Amino acid sequence: MALLQITEPGMSAAPHQHRLAVGIDLGTTNSLVATVRNGIAVVLQDEVGRSLLPSIVRYKADGGVDVGYAAQGTQATDPRNTIVSAKRFMGRGLKDVSHIESMPYDFLDAEGMVRLRTVAGIKSPVETSAEILRVLRERAEASLGGDLVGAVITVPAYFDDAQRQATKDAAKLAGLNVLRLLNEPTAAAIAYGLDNASEGVYAVFDLGGGTFDISILKLSRGVFEVLATNGDASLGGDDFDQRVYCWILDDARITFPSIEDTRRLLLKAREAKEMLTSHDEAPIHAELGTGQAVDLTLKIDTFADITRTLISKTLGPTRKALRDAGLTVNDIKGVVMVGGATRMPQVQRAVAEYFKQEPLTNLDPEKVVALGAAMQANVLAGNRAGADDWLLLDVIPLSLGMETMGGLTEKVIPRNSTIPIAKAQDFTTFKDGQTAMSFHIVQGERELVADCRSLARFELRGIPPMVAGAARIRVTFQVDADGLLSVSAREMTSGVEASITVKPSYGLSDDEIAGMLKESIDHVGDDVQARNLREQQVEAGRLIEAVEAALAADGRLLRPGERADIDEEIAALKKRIAGSDHRAIKAGIDSLNAATQDFAARRMDQGIKRALTGQKIVEFKL
Amino acid sequence: MLPDFSQDYFALFGLPRAYRIDAAMLDQAYHAMQGKVHPDRHAHLPETERRLSMQWATQVNEAYRTLRKPLLRAHYLLRLAGAETDHESNTAMSPAFLMEQMEWREAVAEARAAGEHHELEKLMQRLEKHGGEILAEIERSLDAKKDFEAAADAVRRLMFIEKLEHEIQDALEALESQD
Repeated sequence: MALLQITEPGMSAAPHQHRLAVGIDLGTTNSLVATVRNGIAVVLQDEVGRSLLPSIVRYKADGGVDVGYAAQGTQATDPRNTIVSAKRFMGRGLKDVSHIESMPYDFLDAEGMVRLRTVAGIKSPVETSAEILRVLRERAEASLGGDLVGAVITVPAYFDDAQRQATKDAAKLAGLNVLRLLNEPTAAAIAYGLDNASEGVYAVFDLGGGTFDISILKLSRGVFEVLATNGDASLGGDDFDQRVYCWILDDARITFPSIEDTRRLLLKAREAKEMLTSHDEAPIHAELGTGQAVDLTLKIDTFADITRTLISKTLGPTRKALRDAGLTVNDIKGVVMVGGATRMPQVQRAVAEYFKQEPLTNLDPEKVVALGAAMQANVLAGNRAGADDWLLLDVIPLSLGMETMGGLTEKVIPRNSTIPIAKAQDFTTFKDGQTAMSFHIVQGERELVADCRSLARFELRGIPPMVAGAARIRVTFQVDADGLLSVSAREMTSGVEASITVKPSYGLSDDEIAGMLKESIDHVGDDVQARNLREQQVEAGRLIEAVEAALAADGRLLRPGERADIDEEIAALKKRIAGSDHRAIKAGIDSLNAATQDFAARRMDQGIKRALTGQKIVEFKL
Repeated sequence: MLPDFSQDYFALFGLPRAYRIDAAMLDQAYHAMQGKVHPDRHAHLPETERRLSMQWATQVNEAYRTLRKPLLRAHYLLRLAGAETDHESNTAMSPAFLMEQMEWREAVAEARAAGEHHELEKLMQRLEKHGGEILAEIERSLDAKKDFEAAADAVRRLMFIEKLEHEIQDALEALESQD
C-alpha cells in the first residue's frame, strides 16, 4: 500500500475526494463534534441549531436511552438512572472517584473500573460515554451526508493509560474509527495557534467540568511541541458546584437530603455559579421533597472564599509544568484559556496574577478543543493541502514504571517524554531453575507502588531453566502516539524466545466490548449487515485507490510477476465490492494488503531513506 | 527493508560528531525528520505502515533526546569513541569529591526537613552553576583535547550532580504538595 505523502508531500491520492473526518470533544459536562468544511473548522449543530450536547445519559425501564437535552430534565426526578459527568468514572475504580457520597448512583465496584446499576441493567462508564459519542457520530453523518472515515477524540492531557484506553473503547463501541486520541490543551493550541499564526512559548490553562490540565507548548514554524504537561484528572467546574452545594446544606441546615434533593440542589449550585460570572450575587431558591423551602443569596465574595482552595489546587500543577519545561512565567508569551470553568472571574484573576499577564480569551473556551480536534482529524484523514501541514509533538503526562522489590516503583519512562517512545529494561532470574517471572506495570510519580495507578500484571513463562542470574529478560515499554502503552517481555540468552504483549483494558475484555457493540446496535435498530457491507465497501474502495496511486508512482519497484499478482488481487477485490457479502470483501482487503506488504515496505524504505540520509540539512525545510 | 538507523545519531541528523552542537540545527533536522516519519503522517494508512511509522518515530525521538541532553550526548560520544564510562562498576571517585557530595546531600536534607523553600532553590542554583562548569570541562576534554578518560571522569561527576538535582526537585515538590 502506498505511502503517498513521502513521495509526494502534500498531495493526496485523489485531491478531489474529501474524506469525512471529525473532531470530538467528549467533555465532562458538554460534548461537541466539529469538522473542517471548505478549509474552515466548524462545530456541527443538532437539528434545532444547538452546538453543545449535554453529556447526560438517561437509561429507561423499557430499555430506551435518552442522551443530551432529552435527559437533562430528569436529573432531579430520576437521578439514579440519569448519568451526568460519566467522564469522571472512566477507567476509575470506586476509590478514585471524589464526592462519591453525594452522587445519586448505585455504584458497583468492579475490577478496574466502577459500574453503575440502572433500571436498564449494569452499565459501564464506557457504555455511557459511547451513547454520547454515538449521538455525535449520527449528528455528523447526517450533517455531512456520508460515513465517517474516522474521528479524533480528545482526552484531558493528564488522563492516565486506563482513562485513555477507556475512552478509545467507548469510541469503538460507538462505531467510530479512532484516528487519534488528542490531548485537549494540545487541540486548543492548534486551533489558537493556527488562527493567530502564533510563535513562541504558550501555556494552555484548561479547566473543564471535571478535569484540569496545564500544558506548556512551543510553537514554531508549523511545529506544535509540548514541552511539559501537568494537571489534576479530578478537578473541575463540578467541584465548584460541590462547594456551593455544601454551603447551601450548611446555610439552610439541611442534614440528610434525598438523592433527588441532592441533584436538585447541585443544579441550583451550578446555576448560581454561572450567574456569578456576570453578577455580584445569585439567588438560590428551591423547594425540597420534604416541603422545606430553600431561599438563599450567594454573594460573589462568599463564592470566592469557599472555592479558594480549588483555585490554589490549579497552581501546584502549573508550577510543576513550568519547572519540567525548564521555564519561568517570564518565558510565557501568552496563556490560552480553555474550558467553561475558566469563565469564572476568580479563575481568570488567579491566572493573570500568576502569569503576570491577562489570559487570552478571544476563542470560545467551550468550542476551541473541538475545533482543534477537527483540524487535526482533517490532517490525519489525509485531506492535506500542503500549506496546513503542521507537526504535533506531544508527551506522556505521567511516568510509567514497574514494581521492584519491596513494593517500590522503578521508573522506566519519565513523564513529559515525547511520544512515541520505547524503553527496554533487562531483568534476570533470582532462583536456580526459575522458569517464570511476573511483572507489575504502574503509572504515576510516587515512590510506592501502592500510591501509583496499577495498569497491568503479567507473567512470562517458559524461561529455560538456568542458574540464578543467567537468564536475561528484556521488558520493553512502547507508548504510541495516542499515549497508550503496550509492554512485551522476552528471554534473550537461550535462543528460546518467549514473548508476551500486554494491552491493558481495565476490566473490559475484547469479548465484553464485542458483546456491548452487538447489543447497542441491536438496540438502535441499525441494520448490522447493511452497515458492515457499507463499511467494507468504503474500506475496499480506499485501499484500491491508494494501491493504484502507489503503482502509478512507484510501479518500477516491482518485478513483473509481483506486479501481475497485485493487479490480479485488485481485479478480484473490485468484483467482490459489487457483491453483497461483507465477509468476502473483508477477505479480499486482507488479501490485497498481504500482496502489497513488500511493496509498501520498499516504498516506505525508499521514501524515508531519501528523507533521512540522502539530503543535506538545508534541504529539510518544512 | 528498514532504513538504516545503524549509523550514528550525529550522521542521522547530518551534524558533525562533536560535543558542541548547533541546537537550532538539531531542532530543525529533528522536526524535518519527524515531519516525514511521525504517526500523524500515516494515520490514514493501513496497519503495517502505521506500525512502521511508530517504530521510526520512536527511534528518531530517541536519537534526538540523546543528542539534545548534554549528559546523554557526552555519554553517547564516549560510547562511540569506545571509551565507556563504566558508571555502574566504576564508582571510584576522589575522596574530595565524595566529601563535597556528602555536604551537598546534608544541606538538601536539612533544607527539606526545615521546609526551607528558598534554601532549596538557592542550592539548586549553585548546583546548576557547578554542573555548567563540569559541562565546559567535558566539552574541552571531548572536542579539543580528545582526552576521553578525563571526559569519562567528568561525566561520572556530572551524574552525581544530576542525581542531586533530582533530589532537590523531589524535595521542592514534596514541600509544595504540603502547602
